[in-house]
Amino acid sequence: MKSLLTTLSLCLALCLSGPGLAGGLDPTDFDDPVLEQRYRAMLHELRCTVCQNQSLADSDAGLARDLRRELRDQLRAGATDEQIIDYMVARYGQFVLYRPPLSAATFLLWTGPFILLLIGLAALYLTARKSRQRDEQPIADAAARERARRLLNEGKDA
Amino acid sequence: MKRLRYLLPLILIMVLGGFMMVGLTLDPRRVPSPLVDQPAPRFQLPALEDPERLVGSSDFDGEVVLLNIWASWCVSCRQEHQVLVAMANRGVPIYGLNYKDERSDGLNYLRSMSNPYVWNAHDLEGRVGIDWGVYGTPETFIIDRQGRIRYKHIGPLSWQDAQNKILPMVEQLRRESL
Repeated sequence: MKSLLTTLSLCLALCLSGPGLAGGLDPTDFDDPVLEQRYRAMLHELRCTVCQNQSLADSDAGLARDLRRELRDQLRAGATDEQIIDYMVARYGQFVLYRPPLSAATFLLWTGPFILLLIGLAALYLTARKSRQRDEQPIADAAARERARRLLNEGKDA
Repeated sequence: MKRLRYLLPLILIMVLGGFMMVGLTLDPRRVPSPLVDQPAPRFQLPALEDPERLVGSSDFDGEVVLLNIWASWCVSCRQEHQVLVAMANRGVPIYGLNYKDERSDGLNYLRSMSNPYVWNAHDLEGRVGIDWGVYGTPETFIIDRQGRIRYKHIGPLSWQDAQNKILPMVEQLRRESL
């Protein structure tokens, strides 16, 4: 029991320490809090292309560090968010974006979950309707009704 | 109709399995580069061999060349090294971009093996690498006479890659007029 508690608390500690703190890996020296805020927001929009399921904020890979430096340099040079996004997409493709724009290639990515939801809702509706129809059907056969009544009463006698 | 309903789960599983089979053959690390068929990014950097000397993309203007991104810390670069040497021996000009490497480490690497490169640009900070959309070494670009990137290979080149793709493409691009 005690070891279980230790394990659980260690897991919790690991979960809490991971990506949340990693965002502050590089020392930032923005004088302007607005720039700082834009920088932090952009970090979560851009993917680290080496460690594919992490954002630039989460990753400590060499390339992620370089890309963060590039991002800071460009922000300081006065680039707009759009310009920076365009710069990254021109070099790494739309894969670098965590929220790629809707296009023919990303159509399923964006609509897939909703299509699956619709299919699920349709299946639910059809099943529910069928089972209701079954329940509402009265037992027409008199002999069967008599048998059902006997079966129901059997339990009471015992 | 009723019997068909019992087959439905089997069919669904098979469709799912089909998708997964295809998934097994895909490499998620192969991200198509948007730079293919675009003008190659220009750069100028100190040479690895001699920090006083500047080398850059203007050195291979009008020529069909390979640009190979490598580093001494990159294990799979060693794996493809002999393939690069073999291609260089066949007269393919290969330029190197030494990526995020200490100069002494890079030079030691070249000294311990034969050197297939015309020159090596020393990209210590990885800025040129970012410009070229590099995200994993080794990477090999084919650049045509107009200075456009025509092909990008990610990961170590095997001799099959060289024979089936790189060498034929270099030949074909050489035949294209300037």
